[in-house]
Amino acid sequence: MRVRVDIEAVLSSGDRSFHLRSAFEASGDAVVLFGPSGSGKTLTLQAMAGLMRPSGGRIELDGRTLFDHAAGIDLPPMRRGLGYLFQDYALFPHLSVAGNVGFGLNPGWPGKLSREQNDRVRAMLDTFGLGQLAAERPVRLSGGQRQRVALARAMMASPAALLLDEPFSALDPLLRVRMRRELAGTLEKFGIPAVLITHDPDDVAAFAKTLVVYRNGCVVEQLEMESEDERKRRMPEVIALLEEQDSRD
Amino acid sequence: MTTGPVLVPLVLTLKVALVATLGALTLGVPAAYALSRKDFPGRALLDALATLPMVLPPTVLGYYLLVLFGRQGVIGKVLNEYFGVTLMFSWQGAALASCVVAFPLVFTTARAAFDAVDPNLVNAARTLGAPGFSVFARVSLPLARRGILAGAMLAFARGMGEFGATLMIAGNIPGKTQTLSLAVYDAVMAGRDDQALFLVCVVSLVSLSILVASGKLLRARA
Repeated sequence: MRVRVDIEAVLSSGDRSFHLRSAFEASGDAVVLFGPSGSGKTLTLQAMAGLMRPSGGRIELDGRTLFDHAAGIDLPPMRRGLGYLFQDYALFPHLSVAGNVGFGLNPGWPGKLSREQNDRVRAMLDTFGLGQLAAERPVRLSGGQRQRVALARAMMASPAALLLDEPFSALDPLLRVRMRRELAGTLEKFGIPAVLITHDPDDVAAFAKTLVVYRNGCVVEQLEMESEDERKRRMPEVIALLEEQDSRD
Repeated sequence: MTTGPVLVPLVLTLKVALVATLGALTLGVPAAYALSRKDFPGRALLDALATLPMVLPPTVLGYYLLVLFGRQGVIGKVLNEYFGVTLMFSWQGAALASCVVAFPLVFTTARAAFDAVDPNLVNAARTLGAPGFSVFARVSLPLARRGILAGAMLAFARGMGEFGATLMIAGNIPGKTQTLSLAVYDAVMAGRDDQALFLVCVVSLVSLSILVASGKLLRARA
């Protein structure tokens, strides 16, 4: 995956305004955007997915231009081919697990699936260990099961890359460790590149081949780190950098 | 006890209220969805305009309808000349009046129901490849359906009780445009107290059942 993001946006509510100037370039298959809450990570991810329109700049993925303010290009989310895992998973509460997972196979209306497509949904459910839950509604599922359904749903649409918005923050700490391992396995199995945002250093250690550090709407540092040991070793210096900048304000 | 004819005005009332509700749904649901999804200059004004029939005096609404749909009215003239349709003094006219009065009830409940849909569910559908209409039909509408249904029942109850605007556009012709509320008025004015009491009970019972049912729907949602 080659991704190039160079965007800016101004968001204001009341008399407070937030300036986002988000720019990074990465060619690894695991990019982590790291930073405290309100540092512009989520906005950047939403802009990549086409859910938020920046006021200027460009977004490119594998040579495709998704957004280019100057050229007037702004692909709608349905044409970007990106999977998005929402923080609270955003499962459709009125559809069964199978209905959720199959949604992206025929996202039009009325969205009936062919027999072959239904078989693919069943195979995907089995891959994620959800076969027994096909007919359940999301409200009946545990946190870990919900995340699996959301992942299976995103993968079913065969995205070019997966965008993950704090994928483990809704889980309790014990489950977090297991789901991290599971997600890493899933990404590897499907060979799908991912952009993940988090404020948890453990997520960075587990995933970040490319680490982009955000603060106050700006990128303050970018690191390439091949091994998990290297990430664990260098995280303290990243956190120290953020703390030092905080103390300067 | 002389109750007089009840069935004819009752059936007419139900017919008028049903057509009015269907009309209000057809117009109100898309309008509510559009105003809920998109923020644009003038949205507040459109919101207020759509709610206006709820607070305007029925006579004022009746006057507007006469000006628009009367024989010499802007729309009424076209309907009469090209389609041979006259809304004045017909049950269709009564349905139109009820529809206008019922519209805000569908609009406001549907608007609140669409506003309550988690925006991330809409976003999820979009990232899964759903085009605009599919997002509406497969996500927003099913999630807002209880609110919309409750609004439709309120609209039906309101349509059943419509009096002022109906009287001005459709008149009070027994067997043709005389709905229950008009029949009550007639019976009281003519001193037929037994008939008035009976009609009042019928209207009250039907309306009460509808309100209880719509209340249940709205509570089940929360």
